[in-house]
Amino acid sequence: MSQFKPSQKILHWTSGLTIIGLFALGYWMRTLDYYSSWYQTAPEIHKAIGVILIAVIALRIILKAVYPAPAPLATHKPWEIKSAHLVHLSMYVLILVIMTSGYLIGTADNRGIDVFGLFEAPALFIAFEEQEDIAGFIHEWCAYLLMGLVAIHAGGALKHHFIDKDNTLKRML
Amino acid sequence: MKNTIKIIGAALALTLSSAAFSAETYQIDKKGMHASIQFKIKHLGYSWLTGRFNDFDGTIVYDEKSPTASSVNVTIKTASVDSNHAERDKHLRDEDFLNVSKYPTASFKSTKIVSKGEGKASITGDLTLNGVSKAVTIETTEIGAGSDPWGGFRRGFEGTTEIALKDFNINFNLGPASEKVFLVLNVEGIRQ
Repeated sequence: MSQFKPSQKILHWTSGLTIIGLFALGYWMRTLDYYSSWYQTAPEIHKAIGVILIAVIALRIILKAVYPAPAPLATHKPWEIKSAHLVHLSMYVLILVIMTSGYLIGTADNRGIDVFGLFEAPALFIAFEEQEDIAGFIHEWCAYLLMGLVAIHAGGALKHHFIDKDNTLKRML
Repeated sequence: MKNTIKIIGAALALTLSSAAFSAETYQIDKKGMHASIQFKIKHLGYSWLTGRFNDFDGTIVYDEKSPTASSVNVTIKTASVDSNHAERDKHLRDEDFLNVSKYPTASFKSTKIVSKGEGKASITGDLTLNGVSKAVTIETTEIGAGSDPWGGFRRGFEGTTEIALKDFNINFNLGPASEKVFLVLNVEGIRQ
């Protein structure tokens, strides 16, 4: 069977789990009480991990261009291949939109984003009116949409594993 | 007799017109922005956090002869809140505080003015904020009035008041030291 490369597996699982973790952290941090000890640290961690994720995703996209994913299994039906591709592409687009909008929230007012005290991601020159509100709206709703696609993506993998009993999931493990 | 009626009529007309003229309308100088609506609230009880609303407009009807006949009308675009921190401003605009998508404007309409002499007055009126209307009293001082160098006539006031966030259904817990917001209004009106 055509396995994914170890580098592809590592990038898939680390970025995938990080994205789900960032969604959970982002959702939770907005419910915090002002006097919670996490009130300041949770958003700082969310933003710092988000900045690092930008580099990881950039690496993943470059590697994807150099080493494409193995061909679909022969048993995959055309509609399965098509819908899987559509979900993959949509997830990539949403991830890029979410990362860009997140960056624009954190850097509104021309503030940089501190990354665990290691360095500061600078504000870009493209500041616009109501930046934090527009970017915030896009960031939130694209994140919900992405989680919906993640559920479809994971559901598809589980369907192949448990119902079709093929190697679709195993070749990513 | 006819002449007497004429004279009385003329006198009456003069009185009425002068009464009408004694009330002057001033438009807040929004264009040149010689006005500000600032707020301050204690942060944890350790310092003052200040901010302002950048977009507002209003009129003052000023009656020098009977100040109590004056009135004030101000509307504020709540989305223009600016505390010099984008992420905090975003939070201030959402449902926890100003709820600006549901209540895009706040307003103050005076209902009663009590003159205290020496340019000081207490202006009571309805403040509508976050969809809640409540009477508040603004203590005002006239700073000055006179001709400007560009052919107009201006009059300026300073006003202060304090409101409890809870009164306006803003219930996000900022701590016991941060339940009140102090407002400072500096307004310069141009006579119309």
